[in-house]
Amino acid sequence: MATENNVNDLPLPKKNPLSLQIDLSKFEKATDEEKKQQDVMSESTTFFKDGMRKLMKNPLAVGSIIVLILIILMMIVTPHVVPYTYSQIITVDGKRDTGAKNLKPFQYSKMEQAYIAKGGKVFPHVMGTDELSRDYFVRVVYGTRVSFMVGVFASLIVGIIGVLYGSISGYSGGKTDMIMMRIVDIIYSLPDLLVIILLSVVFKETLDFSKVPILQKLGANMVSMFLVFGLLYWVGMARLVRGQILTIKENEYVLAARAIGARPNRIIWHHILPNCISVIIISIALEIPSAIFTESYLSFIGLGVALPMPSLGALASDARSGMQSYPLKLVFPALMIVLIVLAFNLLGDGLRDAFDPKLRK
Amino acid sequence: MASSEYLVEVKDLKEYFPIKTGFFGTTPLKAVDGVSFNIKPGETLGLVGESGCGKTTVGRTLLRLYKPTSGEFYFDGQLVDDKNITDLRRQMQMIFQDPYSSLNPRMTVEDIIGEPLDVHKLYSNRAERREKILHLMELVGLNAEHATRYAHEFSGGQRQRIGIARALAVNPKFIVCDEPVSALDVSIQAQVINMFEDLQEKLGVAYLFIAHDLLVVHHISQRIAVMYLGRIVEIADADELNTHPIHPYTLSLLSAVPIPDPKIAKESKRIILDGDVPSPMHMPTGCPFRTRCRYATEHCAQECPSLTDRGNGHMVACFEK
Repeated sequence: MATENNVNDLPLPKKNPLSLQIDLSKFEKATDEEKKQQDVMSESTTFFKDGMRKLMKNPLAVGSIIVLILIILMMIVTPHVVPYTYSQIITVDGKRDTGAKNLKPFQYSKMEQAYIAKGGKVFPHVMGTDELSRDYFVRVVYGTRVSFMVGVFASLIVGIIGVLYGSISGYSGGKTDMIMMRIVDIIYSLPDLLVIILLSVVFKETLDFSKVPILQKLGANMVSMFLVFGLLYWVGMARLVRGQILTIKENEYVLAARAIGARPNRIIWHHILPNCISVIIISIALEIPSAIFTESYLSFIGLGVALPMPSLGALASDARSGMQSYPLKLVFPALMIVLIVLAFNLLGDGLRDAFDPKLRK
Repeated sequence: MASSEYLVEVKDLKEYFPIKTGFFGTTPLKAVDGVSFNIKPGETLGLVGESGCGKTTVGRTLLRLYKPTSGEFYFDGQLVDDKNITDLRRQMQMIFQDPYSSLNPRMTVEDIIGEPLDVHKLYSNRAERREKILHLMELVGLNAEHATRYAHEFSGGQRQRIGIARALAVNPKFIVCDEPVSALDVSIQAQVINMFEDLQEKLGVAYLFIAHDLLVVHHISQRIAVMYLGRIVEIADADELNTHPIHPYTLSLLSAVPIPDPKIAKESKRIILDGDVPSPMHMPTGCPFRTRCRYATEHCAQECPSLTDRGNGHMVACFEK
């Protein structure tokens, strides 16, 4: 404030009529209120807020967020609203309705029609039923649930292992880095499909899930799939994180932190990871659809979840046999896969555009 | 120890970086090749030299950001090694050249300045931490409202103030200032340099002030060391060096300082050095400066001159002058 007063106290030099010197008498001092306005206008924005604002301006990203929210809502709400379960044969009035096979959407079986005529209420089969008289809509929703979970958890596993491995490798550098990266190269060259098939055969024989009910439900194939993601697919993430850390490590603020006496742990957590977190989030978001896709094609070739648990790939695979007569059975799960994968891909692209400063206009 | 009148004593400090040449061999890059100097408590030693002569490496090696190849560094009479450096970082700190890359863009000013306090656990509760941070901000002329802002919202001069506040947080006795003003424009340079002087008066810190601008260094330092290719070629009191430079390299540096008065500037002779700085990987034999020196003789090619006292602590490494 002292400098301001000094400026005003200074006598103005004589103004030459032709000079471009500013005439201070034409200016008036800003009032306190105006100054306050300036302060409010220049509100502090964080990197995250700025990125979210940019993301919300991207119609494709917003659209895919809405689609994903709708799908998640559907997964949560459906089991509470629809009275059928994914493994149960439709029962009418306490009796099994074996005639309710392969119904078309919103079609009722004879037993159900009779029951409705008597005044009973039957929940409509939104997507019809399958060849074992099970409600197909519930099965698709459960299949979506399984596929979704696989996608999210697999990419989380990939993210955690990849970030830890990559940051240790990138930060330590030198020989440690070289050895760790050669291991990554070796894993990178393993054929993943072959490893999944081998592992699921091995795990089917050796692992005993009887004590862990959730794992038992998912089946050996699913567990081996997670393990394969944990073992194989983190390498791409590890390479990415290592590359990021190598560049960020060279910044002077990392050197400053070392000069302060901060330990490597603190430097990685406080200085390096926050500066590459956007890249990590983006690639995790893009990892989800690829995991879902992997799960789907593994289920399609019969290496996915254990029956009767449905997954989108398994449903599509089952529907393949009756494709001529009941094409809709293939369309619904395929549509679901497309929706989820497309939404995550578009969201990932949107995140990258919003958070990766190098792509900024 | 008898020599403990000095806060900082550096003896024959060497820092070689291995550079890969060919498949298996490595050639040492002699960034710093036998540098010795002393700094008294509360004193400023200026360190000047052209780009790539090893000034920054000296500063960073003192804080053990690089492990020195050889040489000894006594701080307050205590030999600095890997074990006690963490504790000693409470007493010596560093200010960096580039105020844009030396502050973490994801941290608020409060957290940047508070980091040394966090690392060395210099507070007992949140309120005390905040109070200390606000005090530091006031000390370097920042507003308290700035505490919750991010570094990218500040100008270069303000950012450098944040960096200075961070260095002062541990209340150090010695600060390495690595070209702290060369990234700032001239008017801001003056502000920041005056602040350095005020802080020295208030807190009694000693500086190693690294710069390539002789005028700035002359203004702030009591003594000046001139470096060329990893060696100190001349050390003297600031005024003495300015008025009676002896080493031919110092002479040419001084002649390159722009003179504000065009009449005097016309009369003064500019000493222009021939050729380029030799690569520190293939150093000339003997005196490193001899390839560009007007006075070089056979003697210079055979033997490297060491610093000799020319009276009043004016040390020069030259055979011919």
